[in-house]
Amino acid sequence: MASDSAFAAVALPHLDAAYNLARWLTGSTDEAEEVVQEAMVRALTYFPSFRGANPRAWILQIVRNAAYSAVNARRAQRTVPIASDGEESAFVALADPGADPETALIRTRDKTQLDALLARLPIELRETLVLRELEELAYRDIARITGAPLGTVMSRLWRARRLLAEAARKGDRP
Amino acid sequence: MSDAGCDQALLLQAEFDGELDAAQSAALAVHRAGCDICRANWDTLEAARAALNESDLYHRATPALRQALGARLDASETVAPRRAARTWWRPALGLGAGIGAAAAALVMLLVIPPADDALLGALVDAHVRALQPGHLADVVSTDQHTVKPWFDGKLDFAPPVKDLAAQGFPLIGGRLDYLGGRAVAALDYQHGKHPIDLMIWPDRGADATPNSARHNGYNLIHWTQDGMSLWAVSDVERDQLEAFVHDWQRAP
Repeated sequence: MASDSAFAAVALPHLDAAYNLARWLTGSTDEAEEVVQEAMVRALTYFPSFRGANPRAWILQIVRNAAYSAVNARRAQRTVPIASDGEESAFVALADPGADPETALIRTRDKTQLDALLARLPIELRETLVLRELEELAYRDIARITGAPLGTVMSRLWRARRLLAEAARKGDRP
Repeated sequence: MSDAGCDQALLLQAEFDGELDAAQSAALAVHRAGCDICRANWDTLEAARAALNESDLYHRATPALRQALGARLDASETVAPRRAARTWWRPALGLGAGIGAAAAALVMLLVIPPADDALLGALVDAHVRALQPGHLADVVSTDQHTVKPWFDGKLDFAPPVKDLAAQGFPLIGGRLDYLGGRAVAALDYQHGKHPIDLMIWPDRGADATPNSARHNGYNLIHWTQDGMSLWAVSDVERDQLEAFVHDWQRAP
């Protein structure tokens, strides 16, 4: 029980961050909630080996892995992901990084919703941008969470921002 | 995707994200002064950030999720924890009586109720207003013994003033602000390149442990200590703001 409360003290302050990341990676409210629960149970199991440095990055790393498992499992089953707006292009969000993200973004030109733009970024770019701009994490933490080298984090971030800025400019924003 | 024609693009981005140290930053500044591409790239970085900040893209965990999570973590325990419903939030978390004992460690658990949205907005507005050039501090001093007397006669209370330079949050000054229909003390601290505002006014309630919130991209932490209500407001990462509050609470 002592370990229980210690775990709560370490993990629960990061519940919003955990949910935000899961929600952006899966694109679905229900799935994000399932992923977060899964991840927290997993984190509780690993907790005895947690050494106390940067709990937020530790939790987010577990959440990220759980979210990828969910997204991959869904893709394998070929079930249709639940897009927030039920559009046919929901799969774009999971597009192969080699695919042309500009094309995907141009499709959203009429829809200036940033939410939609971000949701359509390739998952690697999206997670990097979410961790930097919404969670305000340092590069080294993003590298740890996403398992990518620092240089990759920087170039993904740059690509994501250029796509977003470009798309925002193309939309009829004031 | 290219680096938009300038091999310093990623370095420029690192500067934008506050990842460069002073020497790297200075070296980059020399290059930037004569590089049009860097200027355009900086605009791109700002445009992307502005676009993200304009929309409310942050998804928060729902109370239902907190509850479900509590139940699930309970189920993972071999011994079902006893509940002690002494405060409103504990049953919702369902993580058991142990939390009460760990309250001291459990600093940032509470989320400020939505009813306080107007106050959060007012605090962030005050902070943003203060960031306009020349508005941050009415008294500019890193000496707490200069800042504290400055408030004498300007407020109907004496705000506690502490310098946390040793902890990495130097005091840079103070000013008067007006919030929720009353004059309040605002202390200005610095962390790296980020300003941290600490708004203070009297509160007769008992000491309360910190609650955190987020509003328009800014982090806020509220607590009550020694008869004062304190709000820390900043764009620093939440971890760092938590560290600031932690150090402030413990400073003499």
